[in-house]
Amino acid sequence: MSLDKATVAKIARLARIKVPDEDLDALAGELSRILDWIEQLNEVDTRDVPPMTHVAAMKLKWRQDEVTGAPPRDDLIANAPEERDGFFCVPKVLE
Amino acid sequence: MTGLADLTLAEARDGLRSRDFSALELAEAEIGAVEAARGLNAFITETPERALAQAKRSDARLAKGEGLALDGLPLAIKDLFCTEGTLTTAASHILDGFTPRYESTVTAKLWAAGAVMLGKTNLDEFAMGSSSTQSHYGPVENPWRQAGEDRPLVPGGSSGGSAAAVAARAGLGATGTDTGGSIRQPASFCGVVGMKPTYGRCSRFGIVAFASSLDQAGPLARTVRDCAILLGVMAGYDPRDSTSADIEVPDFEAALSGDVRGLKVGIPKEYRIDGMGEEIEKLWRHGIDWLEGAGAETVEISLPHTRYALPCYYILAPAEASANLARYDGVRYGLRVPGDSIDGMYENTRAEGFGQEVKRRVLIGTYVLSAGYYDAYYLKAQRIRTLISRDFTAAFEEADVILTPTTPSAAFAIGEKMDDPIAMYLNDVFTVPASLAGLPGISLPAGLSATGLPLGLQLIGRAFDEETVLRTAGVLEDAAAFDARPGRGGGE
Repeated sequence: MSLDKATVAKIARLARIKVPDEDLDALAGELSRILDWIEQLNEVDTRDVPPMTHVAAMKLKWRQDEVTGAPPRDDLIANAPEERDGFFCVPKVLE
Repeated sequence: MTGLADLTLAEARDGLRSRDFSALELAEAEIGAVEAARGLNAFITETPERALAQAKRSDARLAKGEGLALDGLPLAIKDLFCTEGTLTTAASHILDGFTPRYESTVTAKLWAAGAVMLGKTNLDEFAMGSSSTQSHYGPVENPWRQAGEDRPLVPGGSSGGSAAAVAARAGLGATGTDTGGSIRQPASFCGVVGMKPTYGRCSRFGIVAFASSLDQAGPLARTVRDCAILLGVMAGYDPRDSTSADIEVPDFEAALSGDVRGLKVGIPKEYRIDGMGEEIEKLWRHGIDWLEGAGAETVEISLPHTRYALPCYYILAPAEASANLARYDGVRYGLRVPGDSIDGMYENTRAEGFGQEVKRRVLIGTYVLSAGYYDAYYLKAQRIRTLISRDFTAAFEEADVILTPTTPSAAFAIGEKMDDPIAMYLNDVFTVPASLAGLPGISLPAGLSATGLPLGLQLIGRAFDEETVLRTAGVLEDAAAFDARPGRGGGE
């Protein structure tokens, strides 16, 4: 499976990683080599094989639906790169 | 007090309990060893003040005869575990300055048992790698050198800082995490013991996530007994991790009976791969002889889907990583690189904040999960994961434990395999299958290569049967009598 430049640009946009135009070709080659190697999985007949959902086949625990101590706001915001009046601060999203 | 850093964790525990030396003396010796080993770049953050303060509290408890399970024992913590008030980086630029306000469950259990923190160890960024060279804080060096050469070697990865520290006697033990081999492979490269327990045995709460269906915490130490002691404290159900198993934690140290008579040891024929070094083959043969000599019976088993484990892993782990790493957006913590819109800010932050391998995996993961490719890649890999797991289930009808080499080669030089991701991925060919099946595995040093580098053997057990793995490892350890020491370190 070989990826072209446009596909890599699209994936990079979906992943929110800026990739300079001049790096797209090299990256397309790298990712294509990895995907080519992965192609060998197609040799395996997986008809009637269920996809794994949990490795331990255990039942997830249930708990009471109740509030259990959310961390204080100061803790949540302590590492923010930019905060104002106790809120996270981001570039304008609405004009 | 020279020599304290050379003790095993069990010896140090006994020495502290009988008051042969104090926790403070031990902490001082270990801090000295950490400083002496700085050339290895094994630590991102050293925490000597904290170690001394914890050691004083240990001494107070020990003096009253109220010593806890790990009281006064200095440990190195992989910098993937969140530690309250101490910088936590995952070796990534994108977590610049991140100082958690909470503690991971595993480290909280260690401190509650009296352990002492020496610092946070270096790793491949977000635990993605097999060399510990992919770190924003620079590569880790293996304390071992090839005979007659001074070329720096990789310690393996991703828990390479932890493995190098333990090998260099800078810490009696360490925590690691293992997603596809990240405890076992560096343990093998550095000549120490490393154990990945069963998926669900240790809580993942507070561990920076890489691939959540595979990530497991585990110990690295210089002996099997030391790993058993550490795992006993690290393990246990945690309501804050819905995948942690509500199963009683046995006394792992008590499992080291030294008796493997009648035990059935499986030897998987598919692990005899092309390109496996002759000395690895010989080491494996020794392992078989040692266990048979101790009264175990070896049986050939088949794990037919072994060769598909690595490509399967390199769909699933990047897919999960691309989802887990979506949280690094420059808004709530860590690095922020401005942009002309919020999307621009995200894209710039992630472009600058993530290293090359992390970007590669996030992009692969995004691709295999994207519309039109999800079934062909992701679901296909999940079906193959089922087949790999079934292989083990069938094998464990015939065998109680499985013996394999840990890695197909000894440690390689820093800089090698860097431009060939697939060659790097092949390091984990023997460790990834057990990860995909969620099974416990241990690597222990069993011999030296012709060039004088440590080589490890791996044991894989049934789910939640760490006891058999540890018991067998203890017997192998005694037979191998591995006592070689690396050329560079902090303990000498």
